[in-house]
Amino acid sequence: MKVLLRNPRREVDVVGPLRVGALLRHLDLNRESVLVIRGDTLVTEDALLDDTDLIEVRPVISGGAG
Amino acid sequence: MRCRRCRAPAVIEVRRHNAGFCSTCFLRHCAEQVRRAIEEHKMVAPGERVLVAVSGGKDSLALWDLLLDLGYQADGLYLGLGIGAYSDESGAYVRTFAESRQARLVEIDLPSRFGFGVPEGAAAARRVPCSACGLSKRHLFNQAALNGGYDVVATGHNLDDEAAVLLGNVLRWSTDYLGRQEPVLPEAAGFARKVKPLIRLGEREMAAYCVLRGIDYIVEECPMAEGNRHLGYKAALNLIEEASPGSKQAFYTGFLARGLPHFRPESEEDRGELKPCTTCGAPTPSGQCAFCRLVDSVAAVGESTPVPVPTRRRRARR
Repeated sequence: MKVLLRNPRREVDVVGPLRVGALLRHLDLNRESVLVIRGDTLVTEDALLDDTDLIEVRPVISGGAG
Repeated sequence: MRCRRCRAPAVIEVRRHNAGFCSTCFLRHCAEQVRRAIEEHKMVAPGERVLVAVSGGKDSLALWDLLLDLGYQADGLYLGLGIGAYSDESGAYVRTFAESRQARLVEIDLPSRFGFGVPEGAAAARRVPCSACGLSKRHLFNQAALNGGYDVVATGHNLDDEAAVLLGNVLRWSTDYLGRQEPVLPEAAGFARKVKPLIRLGEREMAAYCVLRGIDYIVEECPMAEGNRHLGYKAALNLIEEASPGSKQAFYTGFLARGLPHFRPESEEDRGELKPCTTCGAPTPSGQCAFCRLVDSVAAVGESTPVPVPTRRRRARR
């Protein structure tokens, strides 16, 4: 599957099928700091992702100290 | 995973509540949390006019959307910070949202109004960019609220923001700041009331809210914020949260209930007498307020000294 990552923006290929939680562990990402979006739909940690899916892993952390 | 409320398939899990939600129930959950925060802390009274500080990011646009849906008279205020393409893109998201909701948007552009952007201001005043940015925002949001006759300024600070600030203040035992870390800063002479209606919602929930509501926002992080301490505190708290869901909320709400009352009196004692700024008239403990000193320091360096906006670098796991 194609996985879009941000900050910096880049795309990686990951072999499926696998669950969202496993994808985040594979990418070494903290599940509290991202959303996973399949197409234009949010998916939960137990969702099974297929090899043909387009996935965005969107960071949710933002902001300066002001 | 199923929605805790209606048993439909869930689209998001909120681990600190040990719950999943479908789209409809999650949006309702967000609105309920904002309504509870406003009522619990008496943030906005019926009929009051609210000025929402909007940046083009998820939190402030979600807040504006939620306040409008809850029936508040909420106008937006966008401050152009002069951070190159990042500011251009942020402003575009805010204008698109305002137009889609037929909401009133007030804009102030720092470079065209005061002759500098955040990069130049930070360099001239020898402050870190987030400090110059925060100083400008606090001053200009307050002035805009007073000049526009608004009762309250609402900002998009969420649970993660407040927990990260709290962690920073505790690590340094900044007792004065701890005594002022309130969800509501009441109005006073020369100051509009300031409120944070998103304190019951986490950063991940706000991003999910925008995705589910179809609100486009700037996902990229501010290039000036890279490497700042605040982001490091958030990353540290998320490591704890991952292992122990609910820790951030317990940390922050526990502070409000059991920590803040101990620090509040000291903080009130520390506040000296305020006098009008000799340049703009805003209340300040010194002769000239910090924002006017920032403006003057840029003028002293020279207006034609543009500072490049940093390019983004790859960051480690957070």
